[in-house]
Amino acid sequence: MGFVTTFLLVIVVLPIAAVVWRSTGEGWSGFWEVVSSPQAVAAFKLTLITSTLAVLTTAVFGTIIAWVLVRDSFAGKSVVNAIIDLPFALPTIVAGLVIMALYGPRTPLEFTVGSFHFDANLTFTRGAIYVALLFVTLPFVVRAVQPVLIEFDRELEDAARSLGAGPFATFRRVVLPVILPGILSGVAMAFARAVGEIGAIVLIAGNLPFKTEVASIHLFYRIEQDPAGSAAIAVVLLLISFTALMGIGAVRWYVTRHDHG
Amino acid sequence: MGRLGLRFVALGYLVVILVGPLLMMVWRTTEDLDGAWAAITAPDTVSAFKLTLLVTVIAVAVNTVFGIVCALVIVRGNIPGRGFLNAFIDLPLALSPVIVGFSLVVLYGASGWLSWFTDHGFEIVYATPSIALATIFVTLPFVAREVVPTLREIGTEQEQAAQTLGATGWQTFWRITLPSIRWAVVYGVVLTAARAIGEFGAVAIVSGNIVGKTQTATLRVEDAYQFSYGNYAPAYGISFVLAATAILVLVTMILLQPKGAKH
Amino acid sequence: MSISIRHVTKRFDDFLALDDVSVEVGSGSLTALLGPSGSGKSTLLRIVAGLETADAGSVSIDGVDVTGRPPQKRGVGFVFQHYAAFKHMTVHDNVAFGLRIRKRPKAEIEERVSRLLQLVQLDRFAKRFPSQLSGGQRQRMGLARALAIDPSVLLLDEPFGALDARVRAELREWLRRLHEETHTTTVIVTHDQDEAMEVADEVAVMSQGRIEQVGTPREVYERPENEFVMTFVGQAHRIGDAFVRPHDLEVTLEPNGATREVMVERIVHFGFSVRIDLVDAEGERLSVETTRDDAELLELETGQIIYVEAARQTMFT
Repeated sequence: MGFVTTFLLVIVVLPIAAVVWRSTGEGWSGFWEVVSSPQAVAAFKLTLITSTLAVLTTAVFGTIIAWVLVRDSFAGKSVVNAIIDLPFALPTIVAGLVIMALYGPRTPLEFTVGSFHFDANLTFTRGAIYVALLFVTLPFVVRAVQPVLIEFDRELEDAARSLGAGPFATFRRVVLPVILPGILSGVAMAFARAVGEIGAIVLIAGNLPFKTEVASIHLFYRIEQDPAGSAAIAVVLLLISFTALMGIGAVRWYVTRHDHG
Repeated sequence: MGRLGLRFVALGYLVVILVGPLLMMVWRTTEDLDGAWAAITAPDTVSAFKLTLLVTVIAVAVNTVFGIVCALVIVRGNIPGRGFLNAFIDLPLALSPVIVGFSLVVLYGASGWLSWFTDHGFEIVYATPSIALATIFVTLPFVAREVVPTLREIGTEQEQAAQTLGATGWQTFWRITLPSIRWAVVYGVVLTAARAIGEFGAVAIVSGNIVGKTQTATLRVEDAYQFSYGNYAPAYGISFVLAATAILVLVTMILLQPKGAKH
Repeated sequence: MSISIRHVTKRFDDFLALDDVSVEVGSGSLTALLGPSGSGKSTLLRIVAGLETADAGSVSIDGVDVTGRPPQKRGVGFVFQHYAAFKHMTVHDNVAFGLRIRKRPKAEIEERVSRLLQLVQLDRFAKRFPSQLSGGQRQRMGLARALAIDPSVLLLDEPFGALDARVRAELREWLRRLHEETHTTTVIVTHDQDEAMEVADEVAVMSQGRIEQVGTPREVYERPENEFVMTFVGQAHRIGDAFVRPHDLEVTLEPNGATREVMVERIVHFGFSVRIDLVDAEGERLSVETTRDDAELLELETGQIIYVEAARQTMFT
């Protein structure tokens, strides 16, 4: 136990504490000044909004994909199951490039029909951030929901149907409440990841201040110029991460509270 | 929504978000194989690959030991606060890599608390040690998270039996405990390695990004892209190697699953 | 190798598992610790093995106080209810484990292991893994593994509890024969009264952390010292202040002064023995056990009114 605490102290606690300490260097007013600067606020807003939107989308589609993987069967399903983990195994910068290949400046998805012009080039747009986050957060929800679905007692659905419930009602009233903790736990992890993501975004978003600069990138560029102020930004990001972590812990506690019965 | 409808939605989403972009990247790489190959074999790239490999090995070795010990403490230890410990090791998963990198610069840099090292000539920041530290930080939880549930499931009976048969604590650990968790450990190691290879944000800050010296493979990709002047072949080429490694990792993960990994 | 347990007390939080327990196990005997769940029998066994420590009291093996010693140094063989098989080792390696730890020469290990595997009839399975064996086979392996280290004392914790009835019966018989051959001092924990009666030389009946009675199976059955022992070991009906065993109830067709009036509810045929379920005027139920032949002579029918009398009864002050 001593080994574990010392290790954690040196590797994790000390660096984080150093950042928190550094952020107090300019006092409360200095802290607030940095954090409330228009560019920083814009960055935080962008991060929170895109992360929330992306995570909600992933929650819906991730659950659908998990459902299909557990309940359906078709040729190549095991391959599909395997590639779900790809965003997890892939370096984030490579993920960024991968997204750029299809949604970047040289995208093949560009055509004009009459006066309708469709261009999948998302460079320098907020859409790029959204798509990048979708890519990166996908495995979290799918892998969180799958085991819960697998364990789900199908007899409950049979019971609901025998009592007259249609498929959608059965899902909403019987299945969803049971798998919801799984979805929430996946969402919490996905959110934490999305908020901190940099590698997948940095290439395609263009990092235009006030437009496509997320908090993590704002911090990244600020470190060069203003190490003292950066600490303040870092602390706010830290708080967001901690909240996400609390969320994960709370969901985990909530989910397992019945397991000790 | 009928079964086919759901399947269409699910697969369609995957194509739009995952498969489509991936295939496109492979296609782009093959458009200029010479350019890609030249980039992959350039000396700066090779040294980047070497650095990534070195740091990955270090992170895996360190975190495997830590992970196993930590899991033992969480599951078998009788110390108060092990529930907190279990939640705490998830921290690196929730932290932005930028914060990780920044915190190391603050700590070991010129006016940090541990600047003792730099003042006395040991290069930490902008050199390999800090890259190793950053990688260790971000890959911290993986082995422990895989081992904890396995250790819980196995229970203590086998170890008790070993004790009655005369094995000391150390012998019990080596001959009974370790072999019974080996697949969880391997799975954790694979995840650790994948994450270590893929780390970007933390290393970008902490390494100084000095070409040929402190650039890891992922930094090299970014570098190749930024200075490519429209020719993306080098960036795609190096990415391809990294993506292939990731797929290798995936395949390993699949092969290991029937042997008791819990997904 | 006798075992001497003196004044052992053990608490788990505020649950008193063992309350000043003392018992002597004679060298070479096979003793059963018999009792319902929660009686403390497993806890006592584990304290003898060193897998738990007592809060008070002492344990001696062959006159040597081992109270402070870890399990490694007690020379006990322990067999677990759920086998505790080393899943990643073959049957052969499981059995050889204790010898390898003691760094015995290879030839000796091979010789002992193959002899033991033959003894438990698992020699054909030496290269298999526990997951490929049935429950009964895994437990035989567990026994061989414990015997391999030549223990001074063999401890079995509900060893057949997880097995089905027929396998249990086979292994019981097998354990008894093994004991007759090896004469290792053995203690077996069980909640199954039939098992204790069949297998043991001595039975220690336990309840709520205390030893109620120690004696041979016959003594414990025929001369129980208190109400618990009488009702736990075998069946007993309470009639007024006295206890009567079902086979000590006599059935007559005519009343006499000492009989009680009952009605036949059901007649159950177990092959050789017959059980007659009766209910009396107040709605109390009792049963009479008798032989098939005697039952035939009575020619009873359900609904018939008959009379019972206790041929033997026991009272506890």
